[in-house]
Amino acid sequence: MADNALTDLTIAEARERLDRGEVSARELAEAHIAAIEGARALNAFVTETPERAIADAEASDARRRRGESGALEGIPLGIKDLFCTEGVMSTAASGILDGFVPTYESTVSANLFAAGAVMLGKLNLDEFAMGSSNETSHFGPVENPWRRQGDNRALVPGGSSGGSGAAVAGRLCLGATGTDTGGSIRQPAAFCGVVGAKPTYGRCSRWGIVAFASSLDQAGPMARSVRDTALMLGAMAGFDPKDSTSVDIDVPDFEATLEDGVAGLKVGIPAEYSLDETPDDIRALWDEGIAWLRDAGAEPVEVSLPHTAFALPAYHLIAPAEASSNLARYDGVRYGQRVEGEDLIDTYARTRGAGFGAEVRRRILIGTYALSAGYYDAYYLKAQKVRTLVARDFERAFESCDFLLTPTCPSDAFAIGEKSDDPIAMYLNDVLTVPASLAGLPAMSVPAGLSGGGLPLGLQIVARAFDEETMFRAARAIEKAAAFDARPEPRG
Amino acid sequence: MAVDTDTVRRIAMLARLNVPEDELDGLAGELNKILDWMDLLNGADTDGVAPMTAVKPMPLRQRADAVTEGGIAEDLVANAPEAAGAFFAVPKVIE
Repeated sequence: MADNALTDLTIAEARERLDRGEVSARELAEAHIAAIEGARALNAFVTETPERAIADAEASDARRRRGESGALEGIPLGIKDLFCTEGVMSTAASGILDGFVPTYESTVSANLFAAGAVMLGKLNLDEFAMGSSNETSHFGPVENPWRRQGDNRALVPGGSSGGSGAAVAGRLCLGATGTDTGGSIRQPAAFCGVVGAKPTYGRCSRWGIVAFASSLDQAGPMARSVRDTALMLGAMAGFDPKDSTSVDIDVPDFEATLEDGVAGLKVGIPAEYSLDETPDDIRALWDEGIAWLRDAGAEPVEVSLPHTAFALPAYHLIAPAEASSNLARYDGVRYGQRVEGEDLIDTYARTRGAGFGAEVRRRILIGTYALSAGYYDAYYLKAQKVRTLVARDFERAFESCDFLLTPTCPSDAFAIGEKSDDPIAMYLNDVLTVPASLAGLPAMSVPAGLSGGGLPLGLQIVARAFDEETMFRAARAIEKAAAFDARPEPRG
Repeated sequence: MAVDTDTVRRIAMLARLNVPEDELDGLAGELNKILDWMDLLNGADTDGVAPMTAVKPMPLRQRADAVTEGGIAEDLVANAPEAAGAFFAVPKVIE
């Protein structure tokens, strides 16, 4: 079998071929290692781990011969470099963690490896997951494998899980982990034409994932089919006593109900997600999505989420406030880089000034200001109250529907450098993904069509808390109807 | 203008973040733009609304007050920029 035929497989297809003995985990790993070497121009990986991949794959093949197969036995994955991996450098794409080699493994990556997954390497991201374009990485921007028709400029893959999106779309791994704080799985999935799912807050353990905004951060899968994300999430999720916000609730077999369809379900269409600036192609795709679901037996109902417009500013207070607190740990004492100063305080300030990039510094300052004496009530507390209102909106909407359908993003992928001068223009990328994050709800993006410029567009499904099964069923219905089979031109 | 260069200098100090003098002005402008945008929040009526503290309200779990791990001092200092045996080493604090 030719190598590109191996890198083109979905996880489910690879699993079948492995089960039938038509391919070995080692062959799969080798095909992906070659693909990664050939696509370094994308800058999708911070650290490639080919030797680890071969060792993992050989161990997997040995387990399979002994009849011990996990749910992801022999499947080669990329791990976002926000997950701490034992013995493998983990940087959060920040200069301050350059060279940091954890002595422990994050719960989610440990779960994946326990299920038999093979690690290809650590994927690039926005620094500390703060960004929507993967341009804030200390290791440089990631290129989206897609190009706009008639325009050869390199495009952003979205962010913060930009390396994950580019690697999955570019056939450099069969699936990847991402993390989503305000859209960091769904937006890059939409920009790269792949599937990305953020589960309910508390479904996946945050232990060992470098913290950005603890009340919002959730890990989730990115892959090339809805089924693949469902089976990856099944392996990633689960109660973990090491994360106090991990929820002790059974993890259903998401794959088992995937094909149950949407007949008899009500799909809510939130009026407030129709923005003045929504381009016609995205509006048309949304209408098409509604029609697909109606054809599949679902009943569209209009719903209202009246506090939608307040979600983004609330998010951009809460997330930096939590980040400024979380990032206080980078002091040049316990791990990471240190810049010596005149005294201890000066050492802290110099270390942090040199180690953090511009966007991270900006968010630390905003967060520190919002939490400082005299401003806490006006900013942070106000934002947390607005968050309650946003969450209530969803609760009311779910009284009259089973899931929501919206566009994932207000635009398709933009060029590298195009929006980097204006923080607020960049923040607006997340306007349709942030509300579900604030409410902690499961939400995912499915590639559903191409924009006028020939770039992938995603539709977003939002479901009730801990109802990922309905989310996956609806996403599968969209996937079947859309039959999205466009792919980026290979480039080296 | 809520934030001037003195305020940026002060919050940078609170955040233990070295910001070069010639960047203070630009940062004040950026922070003001972001804070102006956040004033949108004042349009939301939050009278009598409790701040959200958890996605799914649940009591914090308790566990037995017992040692669950330990003896990993070597691991803990493995990434320290400077360590002395099993201790983190920092610049002298007291003269």
